[in-house]
Amino acid sequence: MVILGIDTSTSAIGVGLGRDGETLASAQRIDARGHSEHLAPLIVELLRDNGLVPRDLDAIAVGNGPGPFTGLRVGLVTAVTMGHALGIPVHGVCSLDVLAVQAGRPEGELLVATDARRKEVYWARYAVGAGSVARLVGPAVDRPADLPQEVRALPTVGRGPVLFPDLFRDGDQAVLDVDAGVLVEVVARRLAAGEAMPVEALYLRRPDALTTAERAAR
Amino acid sequence: MSDEPLVLGIETSCDETGIGIVRGTTLLVDAIASSVEEHARFGGVVPEVASRAHLEAMVPTIQRACETAGVALTDLDGIAVTSGPGLAGALMVGVASAKALALSLGLPLYGVNHLASHVAVDIVEHGPLPEPTMALLVSGGHSSLLLVPDVTSDVRPLGSTVDDAAGEAFDKVARVLGLPFPGGPHIDRAARDGQITIDFPRGLTAGRDMERHRFDFSFSGLKTAVTRWVTAEREAGRGIPVADVAASFQEAVTDVLTRKAIDACREHGADHLQIGGGVAANSRLRAMARERCDRAGIQLRVPRPGLCTDNGAMVAALGAQMMLKGREASRLDLPADSSMPVTLVRA
Ligand SMILES: [Zn+2]
Repeated sequence: MVILGIDTSTSAIGVGLGRDGETLASAQRIDARGHSEHLAPLIVELLRDNGLVPRDLDAIAVGNGPGPFTGLRVGLVTAVTMGHALGIPVHGVCSLDVLAVQAGRPEGELLVATDARRKEVYWARYAVGAGSVARLVGPAVDRPADLPQEVRALPTVGRGPVLFPDLFRDGDQAVLDVDAGVLVEVVARRLAAGEAMPVEALYLRRPDALTTAERAAR
Repeated sequence: MSDEPLVLGIETSCDETGIGIVRGTTLLVDAIASSVEEHARFGGVVPEVASRAHLEAMVPTIQRACETAGVALTDLDGIAVTSGPGLAGALMVGVASAKALALSLGLPLYGVNHLASHVAVDIVEHGPLPEPTMALLVSGGHSSLLLVPDVTSDVRPLGSTVDDAAGEAFDKVARVLGLPFPGGPHIDRAARDGQITIDFPRGLTAGRDMERHRFDFSFSGLKTAVTRWVTAEREAGRGIPVADVAASFQEAVTDVLTRKAIDACREHGADHLQIGGGVAANSRLRAMARERCDRAGIQLRVPRPGLCTDNGAMVAALGAQMMLKGREASRLDLPADSSMPVTLVRA
């Protein structure tokens, strides 16, 4: 069972390949504005470097976000279109869950905080157990200063601590962006557990516009 | 097969998710999912709302197009997509999806210019394009006069709007008159019961303007004139004759558009004029263009209204022309270019 992973929820454009639960390879390019240029060539290269063609794929895994909208959609629409063209299933996972797994922390609690722009972070709080990572709260989007002090004090992965070093004191600089190879592992594990993984963009914010009625009410 | 390429076209430059399939010069299907009703609540197109709708609609619309045409994706010979100009975030959804199809199916990808596609669509409606063709493209996003010697490689801009697009003027005047969004069809309908009683200004049609802006358009002054007129009437305590204002406004717009288009045909020796874009659905524009072209001995070509507004068929039509003429395909790192120049037919 060969799975292609795609995540464009952060400033990294990430792709990964896994076979039977093992990561074969992953690659990424950091370019916050280049998702639509880089993603397709990265996929083609990754497949070619691993001696595969698109027809060899059995499923696609994609990060549902949350993430800046335009980049996030590039990954999602690429995944669902490839799935349709190849006639294979597409599974979606909260991208913050992948970062939580990437953290590779010992048992305890963990915070994931990524760049939501506009001085906010996307975040979720996790409990790490023996061989398991479970989301306790989130995903949500907030100004970091609005998170409770004890939440901000948790060990934190993602770019939140890079952007707000004074607010997140225990940042792990080794885990900043989603690794699509780990995304593939997460999906393989959930598939084995029989979990449903719908593809859905986690925007967490409404579009910035007022309806005519709202404007009139101002 | 190579002389009759089967091409799927994707259009997402604004608020319509359009998927068209063309075999050579024959239109097989034109499937559209529109988010216009969602935008109506906002009184205009909201880019983020449009982009979200494109993502939701993409695969279902591709599926519907293939089913209607009786085509399997594996039958296709090429993929075409609007790579610009348009709303950046909206374009990116279409471009990413087109790349995904091309790489999954091993097909050539053509990132094409939205404006050139508006011209090319008439090939599936009225046959090969005379070379050169003069094209007048008018919509909420564009107002352009283009001389088109070859729609796959040579499109020359003669003029465009210096302020508002023609369709924008319709939307804004509709708002002033209390008519719903999108303004075009509502003004057209209201104007049918009206008389041309007010002489609104014709922008860039006189004196010095004709030296510097002979083939350019300006609709902002017209919009302001309508607003002022309506405000003055209201302040004088008179009711607004909506039908008459709509008819008079529409007359001013179509007068300028057709006058300049025919002037351009004469200047550049084009004996065919094609009109496209959403405003081409306007009944007064179609009638006046017909009348004035007949008088000037110019052949008028106007695709049916559904092919004038943004759609996927026009993109597929241009993609098929690219393949028929052996034009080079685009690369997979093709960007979505919101301000793609009209002279760049294929990115
Ligand atoms: Zn258009």
